[in-house]
Amino acid sequence: MRFSFFHLMPYGAVDLDAIEHTAWINFSNSNYDPKEGHKLYNRYLDELEYADELGFDGICVNEHHQTAYGIMPQPSVLAGALSRRTENAKICVLGRALPLTENPLSIAEEYAMIDNVTGGRLIAGFVRGIGCEYHSYMVNPSSSLAKFHEAHELIMQAWTQPGPTSFEGKYYRFQYVNMWPRPYQQPHPPVWIPSQGSSETKDWASHPDRKYTMLMTFSPIANVVRNMNAYSDKCDEYGYKCQPDQLGWALPLYVAETDEKAIEEVRPHIENFFNKFVLAPTEYRMPPGYSSINSYKMIMENKMKFREQYLSIEMLMENGMFICGSPSTVSEKLEEYQSQMGYGNLVIMGQFATLDHEHTKKSMQMFAEEVMPKLRHIGEPNAAAAE
Amino acid sequence: MADHKAETIDINGCATEVRRGGSGPTLLFLHGAGGISAWAPYLDALAERYDVIAPSHPGFGGSDDPEWLDNISDMAFFYLDFMEELGLEDVHLVGNSLGGWIASEIAVRSTDRIKTLTLVSAAGVNVVGVPMGDIFLWSNEEAAQKMFFNQEIAEQRIAAAAEMTDEQKDVQLKNYFTTGKLSWNPRFHNPDLIKWLHRVKVPTMLLWGENDNIFPPVYGEAYRDAIPGSELRIIPECGHLPHQEKLEDFLAGVDANISKN
Repeated sequence: MRFSFFHLMPYGAVDLDAIEHTAWINFSNSNYDPKEGHKLYNRYLDELEYADELGFDGICVNEHHQTAYGIMPQPSVLAGALSRRTENAKICVLGRALPLTENPLSIAEEYAMIDNVTGGRLIAGFVRGIGCEYHSYMVNPSSSLAKFHEAHELIMQAWTQPGPTSFEGKYYRFQYVNMWPRPYQQPHPPVWIPSQGSSETKDWASHPDRKYTMLMTFSPIANVVRNMNAYSDKCDEYGYKCQPDQLGWALPLYVAETDEKAIEEVRPHIENFFNKFVLAPTEYRMPPGYSSINSYKMIMENKMKFREQYLSIEMLMENGMFICGSPSTVSEKLEEYQSQMGYGNLVIMGQFATLDHEHTKKSMQMFAEEVMPKLRHIGEPNAAAAE
Repeated sequence: MADHKAETIDINGCATEVRRGGSGPTLLFLHGAGGISAWAPYLDALAERYDVIAPSHPGFGGSDDPEWLDNISDMAFFYLDFMEELGLEDVHLVGNSLGGWIASEIAVRSTDRIKTLTLVSAAGVNVVGVPMGDIFLWSNEEAAQKMFFNQEIAEQRIAAAAEMTDEQKDVQLKNYFTTGKLSWNPRFHNPDLIKWLHRVKVPTMLLWGENDNIFPPVYGEAYRDAIPGSELRIIPECGHLPHQEKLEDFLAGVDANISKN
């Protein structure tokens, strides 16, 4: 099992009462104080660096725009900062939202630079970005999926084919694709696809030409299990055995001395996360064309209904969107879930919403020292399928 | 109710749902983002004096959602084909909102088959400093409230929406998705359109609700200033859908423009 520490970098200094309707798109940035922001960025970078010291295999950043939910609109800036301050951990950008940029080669360049500086410690995440970003960036959601695929193709061409080459797409056209630098890792850095588990994504990521790691993010455990199993089944259909490394699970997680103490310490913060920082009406999250009509209807039916209610820590633990407890409780749960899904990558979000630095560090340390060693041996590659 | 029929017509491989009824001069009605789900009262009223042709645009209602449909220009050229295919001449073109935008885009390309143009709360132009209402952030309920001045109508619409069948909901989603595709960015306009509106030389009427929350009346003024000889009529106590909220004013405006020619 490989463990990564993921940071959303929320604007935790926000006045929670100011978040009434949403924390996204048009939640005024007059609620942002740069002096607090300065402190938070540096604190959060300290936490990511601390994860490296503690022996996490990866440290992760990601991209969101115009929201208190996460203040990393340009994650590669912070990945660059981490490149020189960390020694061992992979630096995972989970991910850059390909369709949001006019020129995907700029993402190929950022990633290749980080990969070169770190001598091959980059994990390259590719996402479409959530629905809200399409309002904020005014990118037409109806071409999001097509642009994602075309941008991915362009980036891979830039990384793997000796230049100059040319690229003729519907959305992107280049006479000279000839990127300096080339990526350090050959043929290219490992690719992770953070996902909510659409069947299109599973089919595409698991294809033998790609075998990209599907990282299930912030979903009820039943969804995570179903989607990981469906991904493995798809690998079988393609005629190969899914490796644990191809499956990842990302979720908020908190460890304390006892189950009771964990719940008591973390309750307001995880509830702030799911009820305040995540808050966005359906129309904000689901712009037209962002998903197919069928997926749209399914998401409306399942997810949106669930989110209409106040989510208590008990409900979140019950449906597996959040794990917390003593080291032994947390280890047992993770081990049991792993046996159901076979994932080899666990990505924990150890800070969320308003959780303070001291508790974040305490939980990280307990996880690294008391949970990770117990789970190291599971989720390793199957020797039989390794050739 | 006037005699009318609904049929599907093939236009270069695109199955197109067309409602048609009434008799008199040809009137082609281009619907807005909400589509046309039935032979509506305003179509029936128009059918008393015109041969009313009301298609569902490609990507809307019961029409195909063709691969080639990317933008409003595709839509304009489609309707040039459509008029040719149906052999329509001397057309009185009427368009509301998104349909008004399509109508203007047709007219700047060719008015060979067009006798008059009536734009009703039309999209298509932008007025810097006067934001449009962002329909894509509105819930269905909020949209109904903002669409009408008369809140009783809004409440009726909200109540009716709760009774919609699954099939109707699917059509509504289809319309919503295609609207997004055509009008996301630039939002509900084509920056190049205004440069060429002077080419519209047929009698043009602009009908605008005084209380339009999507394209405030100043958008009508922008059209009026760009189309030579056009007339702008502001309809009081009326939202974005004059043909639904103020039927008499709508009909009077259409008739007045058509009688100019």
